[in-house]
Amino acid sequence: MPADAPSEFALPDGVHPFPHKHLTGIAGLQPWEIGFLLNEAEQWIALNRATAKHDDRLAGLTQINAFFENSTRTLLSFEIAGKRLGMDVINMHAAQSSVKKGETLLDTTATLNAMKPDVIVIRHDASGAVGLIADKVDCPVLNAGDGRHEHPTQALLDALTIRRRVGRINGTVVTICGDVLHSRVARSNILLLGTLGAEVRVVAPPTLLPPAVERMGVKAYTDFDAALEGAEVVMMLRLQLERMDGAFVPSPREYHHFYGLTRERLALAAKDALVMHPGPMNRGIEITSDVADDIQQSAITEQVEMGVAVRMACLDVLTRSRRGVEGWA
Amino acid sequence: MNGVTKGTLAIRNGRIVDPVAGTVEEGGVLIKDGRIEAFGEIEHGVFRKSDVVADARGALIAPGLVDVGAFAIDPRAATAGGITTSLLMPDQAPPLDAPALIRQAASFPADAVSIVPFAAATRGLAGREMAEIGLMKRAGAVAVCTGRQWIADSELMARIMAYASAFDMIVITHAEDGGLVKGAVATDGEMASRLGLASAPAIAEAMAVARDLMLAEETGARLHFRQLSTARAFDLVRAAKKRGVAVTCGVSPAHFLLSDQAIGPFKTFARLSPPLRSEDDRKAVIEAVRDGTVDLIASAHDPRGPEAKRLPYVSAEPGMAGAETLLTLSLALVQEGVVTLPRLFDLLATAPAKLFGLEAGRMAIGAPADLILVDDGKPWKIVGDKLAGKAGNTPFDGLPVQGRVLKTIKGGQPIG
Repeated sequence: MPADAPSEFALPDGVHPFPHKHLTGIAGLQPWEIGFLLNEAEQWIALNRATAKHDDRLAGLTQINAFFENSTRTLLSFEIAGKRLGMDVINMHAAQSSVKKGETLLDTTATLNAMKPDVIVIRHDASGAVGLIADKVDCPVLNAGDGRHEHPTQALLDALTIRRRVGRINGTVVTICGDVLHSRVARSNILLLGTLGAEVRVVAPPTLLPPAVERMGVKAYTDFDAALEGAEVVMMLRLQLERMDGAFVPSPREYHHFYGLTRERLALAAKDALVMHPGPMNRGIEITSDVADDIQQSAITEQVEMGVAVRMACLDVLTRSRRGVEGWA
Repeated sequence: MNGVTKGTLAIRNGRIVDPVAGTVEEGGVLIKDGRIEAFGEIEHGVFRKSDVVADARGALIAPGLVDVGAFAIDPRAATAGGITTSLLMPDQAPPLDAPALIRQAASFPADAVSIVPFAAATRGLAGREMAEIGLMKRAGAVAVCTGRQWIADSELMARIMAYASAFDMIVITHAEDGGLVKGAVATDGEMASRLGLASAPAIAEAMAVARDLMLAEETGARLHFRQLSTARAFDLVRAAKKRGVAVTCGVSPAHFLLSDQAIGPFKTFARLSPPLRSEDDRKAVIEAVRDGTVDLIASAHDPRGPEAKRLPYVSAEPGMAGAETLLTLSLALVQEGVVTLPRLFDLLATAPAKLFGLEAGRMAIGAPADLILVDDGKPWKIVGDKLAGKAGNTPFDGLPVQGRVLKTIKGGQPIG
């Protein structure tokens, strides 16, 4: 654990560091459980930077990546994470699966379960779908994004990035800008950062803010400049192109004008504020290239790197019980 | 009590609920030829001469419930819930949009429960062309209904109301503005936002109510809102009633007992239409029942099997199995002092029967002997899997409740 990790989130005596079978969301996690996963991830950063990036502790186990929604980056990250830990990794794309033939989600789930995987990583376009599946399978389930609901490993990798770059999370001012309404990344980050004591602001046009979002413990803004004042971390969200055609936002041009992160705007935030984006970026719309590519302030590629480490930590921790690791039975 | 045919059935030692008189009095009921021959204090000699005598052991004897707007014909659920008349939504397969289909539904054997169909307002319930409203009335439909959906086209809705008023048929609408609720599966609020569910503002209901009230005033149609659930909507109905508009509205127990908290985490059995609302709106439903703005309470019975409910929340169909728990859940209003026992049976039986011109729902000499025996103190637990009807999709699964139907008598015949 880094020396400056906030002590108030230390594991209380006699408490198991991670008593959950699945990781379906950040909701319901204790601060020390989040801290535990982040600490576990630290060891994998070093391994991933070494020439021989391999550890055999999960050898012989089977990981199924069941992606009912298209993904390139997250799927790749989970696949690399599983393989670096020695697992046999199988990718199932919904586009090629029986889901297209009308099979129900739970029937597909039963089929996957019968193949005796040791961990299933799921992405689905319906909020709550991963939790539904988790109730029906014997092995641990990892949520790789369900609808607008949660994307817990993204929030964990963002937290790891912030902890390493800013040095702390407790008390840090984080501004999340963009399509909060449709974003599972935003929801998981709001929950995680709030649990660890950050001051979270969300900013978007009113059409892209969830109803009653303040009830989730954030400050809501519609003025990006005001939301940036004193921000130590600026987290930009991707705006889907189909939402810029007049339904939620009049045009990409107008969106960029009011909600695009430019060099000038970034100057309103705290000095050396960290710039983040979960990717893939719409360059020139929510973020300009000079900001995205700034070596000092942008952590965007580092987020991707932390993603592999965090996912390795989650796969390791969730399979400890079935591997019979001492203290995890 | 089984085996009675045309003779006389006497029930003694009960507490007679008379919703019209507003009384609960000890006494009995004498039934002959399927009708109520006498009720109240009955001389011993009468019992001696009856073919069958049953002891109610202090249970309530009340009119069988008249349930407005069930989505399925489900006699076992109805009987278990004390429902003896079920007014059927046109949302069937195929939709009840033609006289032959109405005739078929209306002729369902009334051994356990009388089925009274509503006519679809538009062909195929598609909201485009008017269905044969007049002919369907002749075939046995008692009202015109927009079904699960609101009719977005205001001109068409105006014509339906004007046309139906010539046949003195009530027009029943589903009050949710179609544009606002498009794609939504919940009501705006913290719960929907936390779960990441597409939601619509609660005013979608009041907006639809406002339009339909204006159209009803303009056309002179009699208007009934099948299920209302928000404070703003009740305010509009309350004001319209004061102006003398011929408007009525119903509520279901889910909307006065549950708020949108019940949908978390992704409980598809609590996905309803209209959706469960905020705590403030839940309380507004109770107030509207208390002050008489609400005319009737109905189950919105919509049994759904796992193929419709064991799905991600957004893909699941809305609706709950409500027939069997209608009375039990509504008794909470009596236990909490919102309404008296006779008034509750008015809301559940007498008022709905009167509204739709049915003979049922009354404790009166000569009225059909559709009666129920109820132990209003009996504690039990609702268990979805053990419900008698077609499916057990209830958001009240596991809830301890008080009061249960002991016996349902249909046309003088004890059922089940």
